[in-house]
Amino acid sequence: MKYLDEYRDGASAKALAEAIARTARHEWSLMEVCGGQTHSIVKYGIDRVIPPTVELLHGPGCPVCVTPVEMIDRAHAVAARPGVVFCSFGDMLRVPGSRGDLFSLKARGADVRIVYSPLDALRLATAHPDRQVVFFAIGFETTAPANAMAAWQAKRQGVRNFSLLVSQVLVPPMLSSILQAPGNRVQAFLGPGHVCTVMGTHEYEAIVERYKVPIVITGFEPLDLLQGILLAVRQLEEGRAEVENAYARVVAADGNRSARTLVGEVFEVCDRKWRGIGIVPKSGLRLRYEYRDHDAERLFELEDLETRESPQCVSGQILKGVKKPKDCPAFGKACTPDTPLGATMVSSEGACAAYYAYGRR
Amino acid sequence: MCLAVPGRVTETYRENDVLMGKVDFSGVSRRVCLEHVADARVGEYVLVHVGFALSRVDAAEAAKIFEALAELRQLGELEVP
Repeated sequence: MKYLDEYRDGASAKALAEAIARTARHEWSLMEVCGGQTHSIVKYGIDRVIPPTVELLHGPGCPVCVTPVEMIDRAHAVAARPGVVFCSFGDMLRVPGSRGDLFSLKARGADVRIVYSPLDALRLATAHPDRQVVFFAIGFETTAPANAMAAWQAKRQGVRNFSLLVSQVLVPPMLSSILQAPGNRVQAFLGPGHVCTVMGTHEYEAIVERYKVPIVITGFEPLDLLQGILLAVRQLEEGRAEVENAYARVVAADGNRSARTLVGEVFEVCDRKWRGIGIVPKSGLRLRYEYRDHDAERLFELEDLETRESPQCVSGQILKGVKKPKDCPAFGKACTPDTPLGATMVSSEGACAAYYAYGRR
Repeated sequence: MCLAVPGRVTETYRENDVLMGKVDFSGVSRRVCLEHVADARVGEYVLVHVGFALSRVDAAEAAKIFEALAELRQLGELEVP
């Protein structure tokens, strides 16, 4: 596939890995921000072809993983109502809440549907005016424009039976929180390539300025990841801290301004709870008041449930790069993808699930 | 989840006053919102996430890593005794 296959070439990967080995003269710990990057790294064994002096820490950028249990429970409560068609990306359906997951609710007769796009959910609402169609709008800045477009079109077209249950999160506040956390080990970030197609690189300049930590905007294919690692290690060895763009074929420095304008029109910044981590100030988005008619949390009265996480689970520390999956006594034993105890095991992009899937036990 | 995939624009049209299109992903065609990559033309590649095109693929930038690799290989060969 064009723009994918050529970035998986083995000989080129070897040349980049050798260049990293020639460049790295000290020990360094880099964090890849995105769950998709973690998945590729473990799948292709990127962490095993680079020198052992360069350690990869796995970051918090899996939106399925960090969606709080309370929000899964709210989704469950809405989807269980008569007359509701509950739409979601497929990977949210198996995430267990305190009342079970959405798949088992579907098996019990609730109308829960997997859609490819929030725009498909909007189409369902137009086709079924007698039903309330609710879309589970999770994601980072990458997904925000599509979710915003669905809400914007619903409002403009007067589709009154369409709403969003929003759990949108933002990357930069979390990176600052990681760098400020006690025991932080991150010396450089492989930045979130697809988030930056929307947001551009400016927000990351501010983090580099404040914390003097290199950030290399990085893609998701093996060569992209190796190139990102090479540039980050080169900066560290030379004592530089800059924002570098190793994913310029799709990321412009200014991102996608018009998509950002749309997001700003529909959403506003709010505090959000991250599963395994807790509340991070100004780290999420919610619908603006003007969009209240399409806000599932306003339309459906939802009780606030108290939820508890497994005391064994160390996913909060894994998401911050302080621990690795193997540091957890429950990993691969009490905690597996079929019986996940916490955030990093619930989605294939979580570090624990990726380690488990590719036999790192 | 934030994974976005490059595909080739095969058709563009307006629907409810929003620019939409068909995008081909190695034989699989999808309906995609192109409103925010408004200058994308048929035949060009766009990066798509959940039915929404986020950016255009810059062919010149895409070639750069391979130019850098060619240089790396030359360097590697020079170092081999």
